[in-house]
Amino acid sequence: MTDLLAIGTRKGLWLARSDDDRRTWTLDGPHLLAQEVAAVSVDTRRAVPRVLAGVQYGHWGPSVTWSDDLGGSWQETDHGAIRFPEDTGAALGRVWQLRPDTADRPDLVWAGCEPQSLWRSTDGGCSFTLVRGLWDHPHRPTWEPGAGGGAVHTVLPDPATDRVTVAMSTGGVYASDDGATGWAPRNKGISAVFLPEPPEYGQCVHKVAVDAGDPARMYAQNHFGVFRTDDGGGSWVSIADGLPADFGFPIAASPTAPGTAWVVPLVADVQRVPPDGRLRVHRTRDAGGSWTEVGAGLPDGAWTAVLRDAFCTDDHERTGLYLGTRDGCVYASADEGETFTLVAEHLPDVLVVRAARLP
Amino acid sequence: MTGDGVHVEVVLPGSLADLAGGTRHLQVDPEGATLAAVLDAVAAQHPVLGRRIRDEAGAVRRFVNVYVDGEDVRWQGGLATAVRDGAVVQVLPSVAGG
Repeated sequence: MTDLLAIGTRKGLWLARSDDDRRTWTLDGPHLLAQEVAAVSVDTRRAVPRVLAGVQYGHWGPSVTWSDDLGGSWQETDHGAIRFPEDTGAALGRVWQLRPDTADRPDLVWAGCEPQSLWRSTDGGCSFTLVRGLWDHPHRPTWEPGAGGGAVHTVLPDPATDRVTVAMSTGGVYASDDGATGWAPRNKGISAVFLPEPPEYGQCVHKVAVDAGDPARMYAQNHFGVFRTDDGGGSWVSIADGLPADFGFPIAASPTAPGTAWVVPLVADVQRVPPDGRLRVHRTRDAGGSWTEVGAGLPDGAWTAVLRDAFCTDDHERTGLYLGTRDGCVYASADEGETFTLVAEHLPDVLVVRAARLP
Repeated sequence: MTGDGVHVEVVLPGSLADLAGGTRHLQVDPEGATLAAVLDAVAAQHPVLGRRIRDEAGAVRRFVNVYVDGEDVRWQGGLATAVRDGAVVQVLPSVAGG
């Protein structure tokens, strides 16, 4: 069994492999050199694993490309896997998220993009169809772009039902209960310090993660504020007490241990660096009731940041955790964040990490 | 030749040559005497190359510069810039990035 870690950066993709249960890693790359890789997924539902990447070819625009031989060769659809229909007048700005659905929905892949849009593929990511229900939502003209651009950056298909939850900056959390046809905002209880009143939508959510024990329980890291919902986004409560800062970009939840999630707090709003330059992870085991600083092996003097997708889990029984920084370092933990080891350093800014187990 | 009988040479930067079958010099016979028709002909021959130059709404990408006989089309007619028989259309990346 090999553990694979895909590392998307501002100037290419690296693949790290571990054959000793995540103790040591071998780095392979760069692949797609000089191309920004803001989204990547490793689809292990296929006969051979597919690395699917959302890339920005420098001056030459965005695209989706894939490799069925772990980076040996790359393919893309002639006319573009993600292509706005002519009547929209829109053009793809950036692919922010590529999310394979569950194993019992083979070939179904979701994409979140800029401008704020959700896409659905039924051929493993070779071609996508715009989800019209969200694109045509009456709120869409009032969704504002965050500093990084206006994008659907999180896609969370429910494994057991037709519910799909998305998050966007800005815009907030929206969900569909009918297979992505009708959509409604799900932000009640989430504050937005940049707006005068708590709005129905328009929050700047940075990332949302689903609890292992109940798909209706989710955690959200916002642009100020960490929140939890127990009813699929119907209402949210703050779970920021006990954290050194309530700002950050990513949030990750264990796929095996209910109530367990991690954040990477940053001092904000202007600084956006770890408190006192100490890069650490904070873990809850009680769904946000309390937090514990963990992360032995992560550096002090780290005046950097971890972006929203540069943090992920694996699916081992004891969850592994992976973290990439804007100054090009990647760390891995095989023990739920207790300790980290360095996987790579001196890479370009890390935009996304995704872990998978290969047979 | 087809259409208006215009024959055009399209000169590409080296970074796009692979998408044009390994050449930096494409010969095209567009269905009209405009830059848009030239780029349509390029995209018909080499769809991925076409997407690198223009987005799906048809606009030339922001950091791509196109010259017709040495003139930047931004200050001419844009995609409606007239293209004469024998014209040279040059595609260049702009100075951007880091």
